[in-house]
Amino acid sequence: MLAIIKRDFRSYFNSPIAYVLIGLFICIMSLFFVDSLNAGIASFTTNFISSMSYLLLFIVPILTMRSFAEDKKSGTEVLLMTSPVRVYQVVLGKYLAATAVFLVMAVVSLVFPLVLLIYGKPDGATLFSSYLGFVLLGMVFISVGIFASSLTENQIVAAIISFVSLFALTSISFIGNYVGGFVGKVLDQLSFIERYYEFYYGIIDITSIIFMLSFAAVFVFLTVRILERKRWSQG
Amino acid sequence: MIEIKNLTKDYGKVKAIEDVSFTVEKGEIVGFLGPNGAGKSTTMNIITGFISSTSGTVRVAGHDILENPVEVKKHIGYLPEQPPLYQDMTVSEFLDFCASLKKVAPREWKSQKKDIMELVKVTHVSHRLIKNLSKGYKQRVGLAQALVGSPEVLILDEPTVGLDPKQIIEIRRLIKALGKNHTIILSTHILPEVSAICDRVIIINKGRIVAIDTPENLSRKLSDFSRFTITVAGPQKKVREILQGVEGVKDVEVSSTFNEDEASYIVEADKDIDVRKPIFNKLAAAGYPILELRSMNLSLEEVFLQLTTTEAKEVV
Repeated sequence: MLAIIKRDFRSYFNSPIAYVLIGLFICIMSLFFVDSLNAGIASFTTNFISSMSYLLLFIVPILTMRSFAEDKKSGTEVLLMTSPVRVYQVVLGKYLAATAVFLVMAVVSLVFPLVLLIYGKPDGATLFSSYLGFVLLGMVFISVGIFASSLTENQIVAAIISFVSLFALTSISFIGNYVGGFVGKVLDQLSFIERYYEFYYGIIDITSIIFMLSFAAVFVFLTVRILERKRWSQG
Repeated sequence: MIEIKNLTKDYGKVKAIEDVSFTVEKGEIVGFLGPNGAGKSTTMNIITGFISSTSGTVRVAGHDILENPVEVKKHIGYLPEQPPLYQDMTVSEFLDFCASLKKVAPREWKSQKKDIMELVKVTHVSHRLIKNLSKGYKQRVGLAQALVGSPEVLILDEPTVGLDPKQIIEIRRLIKALGKNHTIILSTHILPEVSAICDRVIIINKGRIVAIDTPENLSRKLSDFSRFTITVAGPQKKVREILQGVEGVKDVEVSSTFNEDEASYIVEADKDIDVRKPIFNKLAAAGYPILELRSMNLSLEEVFLQLTTTEAKEVV
């Protein structure tokens, strides 16, 4: 598994994709940064971190699109699947590699709070919980992206599938509010974005952490099933 | 070493392979021969655990592929039709990756890597990116990948496809050399390849096994006629007449004429009747000496054509 993490992580940085994504992310975030500063320090974290997470909606599909799709296309999937490793180790390896790239991005983006800490007095606790929420949200998004990538051998299709699913998943609570009643309540409970909001209001709820990690685990598990199903397929 | 029983794989209503059974002994080189789409790759993908069969069992080194896939995969090195290479890695990096994927002990790996790279002759390109290598070198790196961890069984799917003649000869020689320490199954649709390297041939057509035998036996068994070349000194017309008059002879053709009084003929005769003695006697009686008489077994090429164009039921 470690071998796969290492290989995939390096492959992200061997191609321009990791640099372009991180660069793009930082670039756009600095625009938001200036904008959020104008809105005042009080609402800074709320504004800033929430825009950061919306940007993830675009960044993550591009990050994860090649994960399995490329292996399928180039035939290296055969190598992974016929090596003495279990399918879940392959999936987890690829998932953790993408997460590692995402963490690099998150660490680079710490430059913004750092500027704040030097020139102002932001609420450290809120900042911390927001970042924790951001990282958890990223992990959820990546699991969906990896899942989408396992469905197809075309990277563009993978990116579009993951973007659409992420968009739908983040809109669940809006739909829930709109529908109302029992269905609305269920959808509301399922919405990880609701959970995520809590983090940037400074609430670290252990159930929310577990919820988001389980959400990611479910999609990792589904990816394993997809790859195994392919082995068994009759068509 | 490898036991395959009643393997069947359905794709919807299409049967990719049906009731395929064979065993491969330790140290054998077995050729898997069949036209495109016969089910060679499907069978190989099932043996290596990449896809699963609809029914039937695969056992490698005593382990069942479904019950104990990791153990089976440890014993197998697989070169699929399209060599599985990460284009953005160097040859050396890629082999290191394969070694850690196959859990080769790092101490062992250092010397093994050197041996493998020398064996398949990629040492001098080890620091080049795989995407910049030629087709022939990519194939060799693919072969190197299968050798990582020195598995007992090698499964090679069309290892010489797309190579130039010189490379083909090299790869064949290499496979033959590997056969001393490994059990090898290789698939091909090129006939000379089989007779050049394999101990046994499995011929497969439309998903079913049509014949399993040594290349020599196959060509002997399959000839419906026994065929001879015979060179006789004597006028062609008369010699032909005499030959055709022998009981059991079906056909006589002049294959080459040396001079007016000397020519070679191809004689096709019933398999069950030995026509050599009567031919000799009759020609001797007529005063036309036989200069040469040689039996011609069918070349494997013809065997293959026969096998795949007719239902050769008696063969199996």
